[in-house]
Amino acid sequence: MANRRVVDARGSFCPGPLMELIAAMKMAEVGEEIEILSTDKGSATDIPEWIHKVKHEHVGTEEKEGVWHVLVKKTH
Amino acid sequence: MRILVVGGGMGGTILANNLARRLSGDVRAGKVRLTMLSASERHFYQPGLLYLAVGRMTPDELYRDQASLLEPGIDFHVDPVEEFHLDKNEVKTKSGKIHGYDIIAIATGSRPVAEEIPGLAENAEQFYTEESAVKMFKRLRAFEGGKVVIAVGVPHKCPMAPLEITFMLYDYFKDRGILDKVKLHYTYPIGRVHSLENVAKWAAPEMDRLGITYETLFNMKEVDGAKKIVRSEEGTETNFDLLITIPAHRGMEVIEKNGLGQRGFIPTHRHQLNMEGRDNVFVLGDTTNLPISKAGSTAHFEAETLGENIAARVKLGAPVRDYDGKVFCFIEAGKDRATYAMFDYQNPPQPKAPTRAVHWFKVAYNKLYWASARGLL
Repeated sequence: MANRRVVDARGSFCPGPLMELIAAMKMAEVGEEIEILSTDKGSATDIPEWIHKVKHEHVGTEEKEGVWHVLVKKTH
Repeated sequence: MRILVVGGGMGGTILANNLARRLSGDVRAGKVRLTMLSASERHFYQPGLLYLAVGRMTPDELYRDQASLLEPGIDFHVDPVEEFHLDKNEVKTKSGKIHGYDIIAIATGSRPVAEEIPGLAENAEQFYTEESAVKMFKRLRAFEGGKVVIAVGVPHKCPMAPLEITFMLYDYFKDRGILDKVKLHYTYPIGRVHSLENVAKWAAPEMDRLGITYETLFNMKEVDGAKKIVRSEEGTETNFDLLITIPAHRGMEVIEKNGLGQRGFIPTHRHQLNMEGRDNVFVLGDTTNLPISKAGSTAHFEAETLGENIAARVKLGAPVRDYDGKVFCFIEAGKDRATYAMFDYQNPPQPKAPTRAVHWFKVAYNKLYWASARGLL
């Protein structure tokens, strides 16, 4: 399994989960997975949208008890 | 009990003053020793830089002697920490002195790193230091028209700054009578014009009304100074005559060098504000890795929570409350109108329409800040 870091962005209105992911991407190694935890359902669409634009990989999204777990992989 | 505060910015100063008052009897009795280590003998009001950049404040208004802001009983040294030895409960300073502690609070702040984007530092104006804000103001004074692009790095200090500088630039050029020769173009890293959805819902129509264009999902990749183009990670580009940046930030180098946190941000418990895995190391302000705004008000509210909790540890042996993620940010909507956003981990902000009254309260706060740093407001 690839290295994975968890970014706990629950309750983050500002800067918000996507901004937290953009910051985390700078710290991640190529091939590393990042799991974003968000209580904003918008993360289920806006994170994959950005990931596709910047050509990283959206591995999957899952909702568990009101928390969205969005898993992405840094590919370059 | 030895309590050590590292950093003399807003968070460290409010915390030290809060503790000095709560524990004044213990300090006088010699049961508690309260020490602050800072890199500067001056205290810097960073939010004033926004105004400095557009000629509405001057550098002398942004500083006070740090010692003048501190309660009696705080042993203050201008001697920055260079080494953290958390397993031994001690730090080593630039002068070589060792300070032991029972509880330490780290509030060293963050720094802009425009140089991380190729071409950005050389080709953009910014306002996160006194020197750069003065340079930006002089550049604005000499600007006679063209396309002004605002570009934003992640993470950045003061989440309202991108919007504020944009609306203040609009009024600045309007007052100079050259607005018809200026095109303002705002870019932002995520899919709306601000992180806060309710703020974005207000700001986007405001930009439409003022003729300010915007592009979202724009993360700076590189700046071509010769062609005057800024390119994004998303594959787009925009040309500029004047590029204004809110640069990405990192925590301080001393945090990175000591291995306390990647990019200088220390992993921190979101409610108790202790460094993850350490129960006598606390972190506040920009130094945390918490998913909340890097802003003075965040440091302020965290410092109040920590002051109460650390004092309670001394008196009761346990903390008494949780930090709830509270943040309060003024939002300047130009030179004479403002609104605000207040939120926490559970409740999003509900900003109101900008008014002159809120703007004047912000102007007043620029002076009242010194009472705030003293822990009086």
